[in-house]
Amino acid sequence: MSERKDMELIAQLVPEASRVLDLGCGSGELLALLRDTRRCSGYGVEISDDNVLACTKRGVDVIQLNLEDGLAMFEDQSFDVVLQLDTMQHLRNTERMLRETARVGRIGIVSFPNFAHWRNRLHIAAGRMPVTKALPYEWYDTPNIRVGTYADFEVLAGKCGLRVLDSFGIQRGEAIRSLPNLRASVAVFKFERT
Amino acid sequence: MSRFGGAGFFLGSILPMHSVGTVAPQSRHFAEALPLRSGASLRDYTLVYETYGTLNADKSNAVLVCHALNASHHVAGVHADKEKSTGWWDNLVGPGKPLDTNRFFVIGVNNPGSCFGSTGPMHTNPGTGRIYGADFPVVTVEDWVDAQARLLDALGITQLAAVLGGSLGGMQALSWSLRHPDRLRHCIAVATAPNLSAQNIAFNEVARRAIITDPDFHGGHYYEHGVVPKRGLRVARMIGHITYLSDDSMEAKFGRGMKTDTLNYSTQDIEFEIESYLRYQGDKFSDYFDANTYLLITRALDYFDPARDFDGDLSAAFAGAKCQFQLVSFTTDWRFSPARSREIVKALVDNKHRVSYAEIDAPHGHDAFLLDDPRYHNVLRARFENIAHEHEAEKPVLRGVAV
Repeated sequence: MSERKDMELIAQLVPEASRVLDLGCGSGELLALLRDTRRCSGYGVEISDDNVLACTKRGVDVIQLNLEDGLAMFEDQSFDVVLQLDTMQHLRNTERMLRETARVGRIGIVSFPNFAHWRNRLHIAAGRMPVTKALPYEWYDTPNIRVGTYADFEVLAGKCGLRVLDSFGIQRGEAIRSLPNLRASVAVFKFERT
Repeated sequence: MSRFGGAGFFLGSILPMHSVGTVAPQSRHFAEALPLRSGASLRDYTLVYETYGTLNADKSNAVLVCHALNASHHVAGVHADKEKSTGWWDNLVGPGKPLDTNRFFVIGVNNPGSCFGSTGPMHTNPGTGRIYGADFPVVTVEDWVDAQARLLDALGITQLAAVLGGSLGGMQALSWSLRHPDRLRHCIAVATAPNLSAQNIAFNEVARRAIITDPDFHGGHYYEHGVVPKRGLRVARMIGHITYLSDDSMEAKFGRGMKTDTLNYSTQDIEFEIESYLRYQGDKFSDYFDANTYLLITRALDYFDPARDFDGDLSAAFAGAKCQFQLVSFTTDWRFSPARSREIVKALVDNKHRVSYAEIDAPHGHDAFLLDDPRYHNVLRARFENIAHEHEAEKPVLRGVAV
């Protein structure tokens, strides 16, 4: 979540005073925002030393873990909200992490780059993998090892037994609610376990 | 200052880090007996301690540093007229260092039972008039924490900004959060564990047997015989030392390095450099460490298990804690592995306590907690800076204003 406006759009999905677990919390910016503006508390999870330090400097509680190792540390439904923002596409075991997110949180919120954004479709139509603002890497060096679309996630959510509470796309800091799979470079889903 | 021009903002990072300089231990006698977990008590005892930095007016900036097995109250600085007397955590504690003595009042206390000045097995038992020796009461981590709390009472400190410790010192920091939850705001526990594993107890037992079976041990009353069970102490230290290093760091430091180029086909002489190193460490240790202290401290390690009073439920054990926590572990530390720190983190998360956890990918094994890996020290520096801001912000604005 580099864009401040994107972050604020997602922060609005988090109920006031929630206990929040932010998986792949980066420098802790969103958790600090939720703490300062929505009275939320909780922890970030990060693997990177630099981000752990950045969180510590912000006074955001951070737990250094590799998400690929699972969330055994966290009990079922022990958080009001589990966030997995701009993280899912880096994980090998996407489906398991999605199920874990729904197990640990009463509400899950994920965001990820939407591969079906029209710009990406043009790249593919021209015969090349997309390199855009949301997907700035070449195919051979991208950390995005799981590239899916807004529409794909709806299918996976159904398979994992998740009820989607809200979903939209984000493009240039604006929420996109009509034709998000085509018009938005970022997909956002808020869900719970059925 | 002026030669730094407008770079004042960066002063903290470009000024060389200084030592606290020459320090002198202080001591305080306690006439009131200290009740111990065992049911026994420690009568008429003395604690030796050092302090660095200045206690502020509202006594809110004190940080207690707890020592591990073979360390002492001498955390930082040097002792006058004594070579190689640098404190054991001098790389962390001092002006401009991660635990900044310009901001904090840092206290190091030698635990009772130790051999660096506080009452221990080499001192006179007031009950018998003889040297304690093996009769020194078995002390636990909780007993040490209570003794430290009494020293704070004597210094007029009701609440610590933080308690910091590594390894066995980390256990004391954790214990502080449970025994005296209102007396600390932050618990910083590095390279520690919620209890010892069977493997860890096994290493301790090998060390103890080496000491106890030394013919010079005399059932722990060797002082009266004018001897020291040095052979046992050497072996104890050698095995301990192996467990403090990682396989990789030992390989990098010694590998299969030999003392000479040719094999001597000797079973008893030193052939490999690692042997030479371990013997040197053992010899050095046996010159200054006390055998009964080694037994007492390894037992305190074995006994530490805050979950024991809660049917093994560590989360229940931490329910009463009130402070914020910072845990740190090192990936190659197999004696106090990251998995053990994660158990503590989980127990704290279960209780919704505030906790941060850094898992430092350092190659040095358990010893890493005493080294100055920048990732590790930066986390502690950031943590202490936040703690400093916290107590600086909390200063009453109307202090001294007559109303």
